[in-house]
Amino acid sequence: MNWKQLALQNRKATIGFVILVLFILVAILAPWIAPASPTSMEFQPWLRPSKAHLLGTTAMGQDIFSQLIWGSRLSLLVGFSVGLMTTFLSLVMGLTAGYFGGIVDGILSAITNVFLVIPGLPLMIIIAAYMTIRGVFPIIVVISVTGWAWGARVLRSQVLTLKNRDFVLASRVAGEGPLRIIFSDILPNMLSLIMANFFGSCLYAILSEAGLEFLGLGDVNVVTWGTMLYWAQNNMALMFGQWPWIVAPGICIVLVGTAFALINFGADEVTNPKLRRR
Amino acid sequence: MRYLLYRILLLLLTAWVALTVNFALPYLMPGDPASVMVAKFQGRLEPQAIKALSIAFGVGVNESIFQQYLHYWGRILRGDFGTSLAYYPTPVSRVLGQAIPWTLGLCGTATILAFIFGSGLGIVSAWRRGSRLGDGLVPLALFLKSMPQFWFGLLTLYVFGFILGWFPLSGGYAITSAPGAARVLSILYHSFLPGMTMLITALGGWVMTMRNNMISILAEDYITFAHAKGLSTRQIIYHYAARNAILPSFTGFAMALGFVVSGAILIERVFSYPGVGYMLYQAVISLDYPLMQASFLFITLAVLLANFFADLTYVFLDPRVRSERAGS
Repeated sequence: MNWKQLALQNRKATIGFVILVLFILVAILAPWIAPASPTSMEFQPWLRPSKAHLLGTTAMGQDIFSQLIWGSRLSLLVGFSVGLMTTFLSLVMGLTAGYFGGIVDGILSAITNVFLVIPGLPLMIIIAAYMTIRGVFPIIVVISVTGWAWGARVLRSQVLTLKNRDFVLASRVAGEGPLRIIFSDILPNMLSLIMANFFGSCLYAILSEAGLEFLGLGDVNVVTWGTMLYWAQNNMALMFGQWPWIVAPGICIVLVGTAFALINFGADEVTNPKLRRR
Repeated sequence: MRYLLYRILLLLLTAWVALTVNFALPYLMPGDPASVMVAKFQGRLEPQAIKALSIAFGVGVNESIFQQYLHYWGRILRGDFGTSLAYYPTPVSRVLGQAIPWTLGLCGTATILAFIFGSGLGIVSAWRRGSRLGDGLVPLALFLKSMPQFWFGLLTLYVFGFILGWFPLSGGYAITSAPGAARVLSILYHSFLPGMTMLITALGGWVMTMRNNMISILAEDYITFAHAKGLSTRQIIYHYAARNAILPSFTGFAMALGFVVSGAILIERVFSYPGVGYMLYQAVISLDYPLMQASFLFITLAVLLANFFADLTYVFLDPRVRSERAGS
């Protein structure tokens, strides 16, 4: 199964991909779409939504619609970067543990289980609280380091079922080394699972990022959907009746999150025929 | 027995890791955050307090890191978490002790209800697959799963608290309420919105898990056989399918609980609910490291224990795990 097949065959995945592509386009085209700079405070504060300001302005006189468009850049960047990093970590842990078995598996599985049980956000919060540098990169690292365990467990069990299949045994008898067996026999056969895992991680990343930034633990001076929510909450946007400031970034997070979840679910349906519509 | 032993060992190992991470983080981070903190409170607290703080975080202490680690363990085992800086001079244990019942009550109730309702909806969704109800639940559950819980909290607070004015905007209870029945009612009243937010946002995960398990099990031969025997639909769902499908939900408990707890921290912040999550948030904001460490430890250990008990329940529910125990 490849991307194209998944996107076209499964209706849920198709919808997910369409939403995601739209947001990626918005992020790329931000300088041309956004009517104003996201950081300039040239407008009057607390302007209601109007033709000039589709979603109104913030307490500091920034255009909310422009912030929303520019915010998609870093928000998506964090989502995809964490997705890649987490998937990479899960793969390394899962493949090694599953393929080599024995004591290696014992140790790696114990580490995985430990990380699986320690709740993510509290750990992220205290790590972020001690960090003296604030920014997007530390956020990516923190979320990835705390979020790889579930994927590692899933991938490991898949490796366990694959490594005793005939074609793998054949390679082993033919004298292939472990690296070659892993990369040319096992890995290609679990691509769909890895893909599902990647999109699941992206969803996790988008939500965690929003949470951390909402608490003010990111760099509050950059524009992302999470920091928009932080500033909106700290300026009591809702009490001033400026609901677009809170509602709009939230809806973007939900849409991107749902897109990730739909693709993840679609990939699941394709790999597990039982889940498919009869 | 092996299963049980492994779980106990894992519990101890994880607790040790959590405690050690808690100790080591300030030392691992660049920029020496502990010194920054001590410097920040210099002159604002009594000299003894500064000294205690310096010792606790190893600032300007002539001890090896290993000795400090041992002292840290000594303090933890004695239940001495130091003095809160934000609520100076109240001991951290007292500050935290006041917050714990709020979180346990709110989070515990919401988690259990979400588990019951979510799994129930998952059963319905799997059984009625192909109908509008069954398939409509899937996008709804995915949507709930992809929503930042705190954002949903902000919206409910705005609509039901601010615009409609049906519920209070913050706090755990009205200070004006008389102790006794009125106080209990006030507490329930204040916990309704945060509780509902947690419940609704946590539903999605349980629905999806249960639905996927149910669908796999409904394809098994023994279900077909039960149909052939002429058993009623009710009997097949509840006595044959759901009983087996619920089991993997217990092993997924760790993931779900982490989700609930993470959500709870943010939701408590949104509703200014006086629980441990809000405490952790305030500690972070005011650089109250002793309180922060203790809140983190409490949250993590509570999750570990809840998980451990979910695993034990699993042993009682699944005869296969039990027989493995008898066999070894």
